This record gives sequence, structure tokens and C-alpha cells, in this order.
Amino acid sequence: MTTPDDRDWLGSGTPLLEVRDLVAHHGQLQALDAISFQVGPGEVYAIIGANGAGKSTLLRTIAGLHRPTSGSVTFYGSDVTGMRPERRARQGVVLVPEGRRLFGSLSVRENLQVGASYGRQGPWTIERVYETFGWMRERRDQRAAQLSGGEQQAVALGRALVANPRVLLLDELSLGLAPVVVQLIYGLLPQILATGQTVLLVEQDVSQAMRVASHIHCLLEGRTTLQGRPADVTAEQIEAAYFGLNGTAAARLPHDGGSVSLWPGSTPSFRAC
Amino acid sequence: MAWVNAIIQGVLTGGLYALFACGLSLMFGVMKVVNLAHGDLAVVAGYVALGIIAVTHMPVLWSVVVVVPVMAALGYALQRTLIQSALDRSVLITLLVTFGLSVVIENGLLQFFSANTRGIGVNLSLITASFSLGSQVQIAYLLVVIFAVAVIVLLGLQYFLSASRYGRLIRAVADDREAAQLAGADYRHVFGIAAALAFGTVALAGFAYGMYSQLAPTTGTDTILLFAFAAVVIGGLGSLWGTLLGGVVLGVAQQIGAQINISYEVLAGYLVFLAVLVLRPQGLTSRRAQT
Repeated sequence: MTTPDDRDWLGSGTPLLEVRDLVAHHGQLQALDAISFQVGPGEVYAIIGANGAGKSTLLRTIAGLHRPTSGSVTFYGSDVTGMRPERRARQGVVLVPEGRRLFGSLSVRENLQVGASYGRQGPWTIERVYETFGWMRERRDQRAAQLSGGEQQAVALGRALVANPRVLLLDELSLGLAPVVVQLIYGLLPQILATGQTVLLVEQDVSQAMRVASHIHCLLEGRTTLQGRPADVTAEQIEAAYFGLNGTAAARLPHDGGSVSLWPGSTPSFRAC
Repeated sequence: MAWVNAIIQGVLTGGLYALFACGLSLMFGVMKVVNLAHGDLAVVAGYVALGIIAVTHMPVLWSVVVVVPVMAALGYALQRTLIQSALDRSVLITLLVTFGLSVVIENGLLQFFSANTRGIGVNLSLITASFSLGSQVQIAYLLVVIFAVAVIVLLGLQYFLSASRYGRLIRAVADDREAAQLAGADYRHVFGIAAALAFGTVALAGFAYGMYSQLAPTTGTDTILLFAFAAVVIGGLGSLWGTLLGGVVLGVAQQIGAQINISYEVLAGYLVFLAVLVLRPQGLTSRRAQT
């Protein structure tokens, strides 16, 4: 595949990443139902949704870890649907997986070295990651398994950054972390974007997603229930799309979101923005 | 003094057993493959060495330089084809496939080379030369050389795994295959490299045993594989230096058994093996998957 220069691509108006009619299953269970969207260069595209909405499956399918039933994933204008995950990673589609998934027996530095071993050249180096996360340099020889959850997340993010991705896929960065740590990690997003990355993130915490995203996309039980710019959607619309309440959001949808029944016993756990 | 002799001989034999075991341990530690054809492949390496020596008339020890890379290449190829396709189905299938491979190799060797035993370098002075420590301890140079080779191999493997780029990738893939893929690493290739390393040690094991004793088509399973298993389990699964410790414990147990009654030699080794399984199933070195 020819990979055009990023700057040419930025001017062309073509999406960097395009997902078209993506359908995916976990065994018999349908996890994604005809998901389509485009991510342009420099965007922060946020996929929101409750537990089990298919967010992680979507990212794993884009990264190549999960084989879709039908539909396509296009990256830089080339169809990468059947491409192995390691080849996608080398071309710049890099996922920070849910649960961090560090190499536990390797040191912090070795984790970063593995991340850089097949990466592209670019602004992010191991040195720069050390500068970004002040504590990391001193503890670079520590085993990753000995780090706290927040520290592990930082290393996982660093491991992805040193590959200098074109699209950085972030799966639930905030999961299981203290709010302070979450703020710290999300606080780095502007710095990451300044180095020319495009970010596609999955987040259960809607208010967090709304703060950082240039575009939000809500999933419910594997289907798209809402998409738009944060400024263009109301809290009510999001609430309806997130929980499947019969609301005004349904009118904007390709699918009949109104037919989705209310989840029994669910309570809104996010703050409206 | 007889007991001192038994212990010294046992420790030195442990080097040979560590050579048997380290490849088995490496393959289990990295790809969770228990290679039941491990011993047979060592015998194949010995026969390849004999063939090379017979055809080219090169000095016996020089043939190692050829056999090790040949077996390493075979290891890469087998891992990328047969073993990987078994792994893609399930880890259990790899047991069946390597067992099948073991049967095929054994019968193939019987078919083409008969059941006769063969030694490597039987005319070399190294095979018979020994030196005395005191009046009752006779130490064979060959065993000392084999022990030294085992230590060098373990040091080399440790250095490779801890300091080289591919060593790092091997450990990363052993930790989390998917995460390694996300970093752009083709785990199949990395597995192939780990298998190549393991098969390189297998070649040394077969060669060393061919010089120490005799090779026959059945030696692979009835001696090499079993002793390798025992050494790995005693030392601790997935631990590289554990294979040397396990080998030494096994060797010493055998020699002490033989000292009591010559027919107890093999039995004593397995009794220790069983005792470790019962009392300390994680092995003597308890750190998990240290490789």
C-alpha cells in the first residue's frame, strides 16, 4: 500500500479512517450492527455508550483483533478489513487496549521499546515519553506488573505513542482509575493532538468524552443511536441515545432508535453537560 | 569417597540434562507448546551429524557448526507450519501433533537406519579421556565439556532474551500475544525465532548425548524426552536456570541411586521427580515463567 504524505492527506478532505456498514459477532451474539462513520485528520472522535454497547468490539475490529462479519474498514483510502493487526499497527493504526495489557514481566523501558520496535518515525520517542510523564524515567527499570493502575495506563499510552500512530485508538482510558489520574491522562490529549495525531476513543464517561471530543458517536446494543458535534447535541438527546429512551434523537438516526426499549433498572450515571 | 564421586558425576551429568531440557522449557515458556517430539528431534540432529561426518569427512566436532543452524532452520520451519497450525486450533492439539511427529520420526529412523545404536566420534580421545581427583574420583573430560557447554548455552540464551531486540519481543509475546500484535510484532515470526533457538539447543543435546552414550531411534523418547521433562519439572516450568538446577538434582539423584544399587539409577531420578511434583509442584525455582 502506498501511504501518502500526511500533509497532502490533511488537505485532501478525504477521511483518514472510514468504517462502512460494519457488522461483528461474538459467537452467536451480534455485537455491531451496520456501524458507519468517518474520522478526519486531527479529529478527536469519541464513541460513547453503556456497558456492552459494542464500543470495545468496534475498536478491536478497527485494530484488526476482531474479524468483522461484513462491512469494511478503510484507512488512508485503502481497504484494511482483512489485514492482520500487526500490519495495521505498522501502518499507523495503534490501539491502547482495554485493561492496558502491558507486558507484565518486562520493564517500563522494555515496554516502550517494544512499542517503538515496529513503529513509524515521528515526534514521539521514548525520551519524549519520559519527559511527558516525569516519574517514568526514574522507574524505567521497574517491572510493569508492579506499577499502579494509573501508572500502567500511562505506560500503555506511551507504548502506543512511541509508534507514532496516524490514528490512536483509546479504549476506556478512564476504566478503573481515580478521577485525578483520569484528568491527568486526558489532560495530555492536547499535547498528543499537537503532534499531529488523530484520536478515536471509546469512553463510558460521557461528560469526559464531551469535553475532549470534536465528534461524538453513541452506540446502544451495537447500533448507532446518535452522532454529531458535541455543540450540536443536547443532554436530553444523549441521554435518550445512551439509554435507549424514546426521544427526539431517534429522528436523526439511520436506524429506528425509538424501537429500543428502556433498560430495566438502569439509572443515568453520567452528568449532563 | 564413593559418595563424593557419585555427587560429582551427578552434578556433571546434570549439565547434559540441562541441555536436554532448556529447549523444552523455552518452547513451553514462550508458546505453551509441550513438544513431545523434542527428544526425537535431538536424535535426528545426532543422525544428521553422523551423516555429515560420513559424507564430508569433516572433523567430528566441526559438524556441530553445521548441525546447529540446520536444526534451528528446521525449528523455524516446523513452528511456522505444523506447530503454528496446531496452535491456531488449541494448545491441546499441539500435544497430539508433536506426539504424531515423534512417532513418525522414530519409525522413520527405524526404517532407514535400523535399530542399531550409533555413537558420535567414538574414536575421539575426548570420549575416553579422564583425569583423577584423589584415588577414587575419575572425571571424564567429555562430561566437563558438556557441562561447560550447557552453562554457556544458558548464559547465551539469557543474554539473548534479556538484551536483544528479538529476545525482548519473545518475552513480550510470551506475556501478551495480542498486545504484541498491537505493537506491530508478528507473533508467528517471533514464535519461529524462539523455536529456532530451542531447536539449536536440541541439536547440541542430541550431539552431546551421541558422544556421551549411544543414539538409537528410540533414545529420543525413552531417555532424552523423559530426562528433559524431569529436569524441567524439578527445576521449575519456564525457568531457564531451573533446567540446570533440575538437571543437576536429577543427575545427583541417579548417581546416588546407582551407588546404592546399580539398578536403582533411573528409578532414583524419577522418585525425586515425583517427590518434587507432590511437594513443590511449581519446581525448585518458584518464579513463574522467568525464561
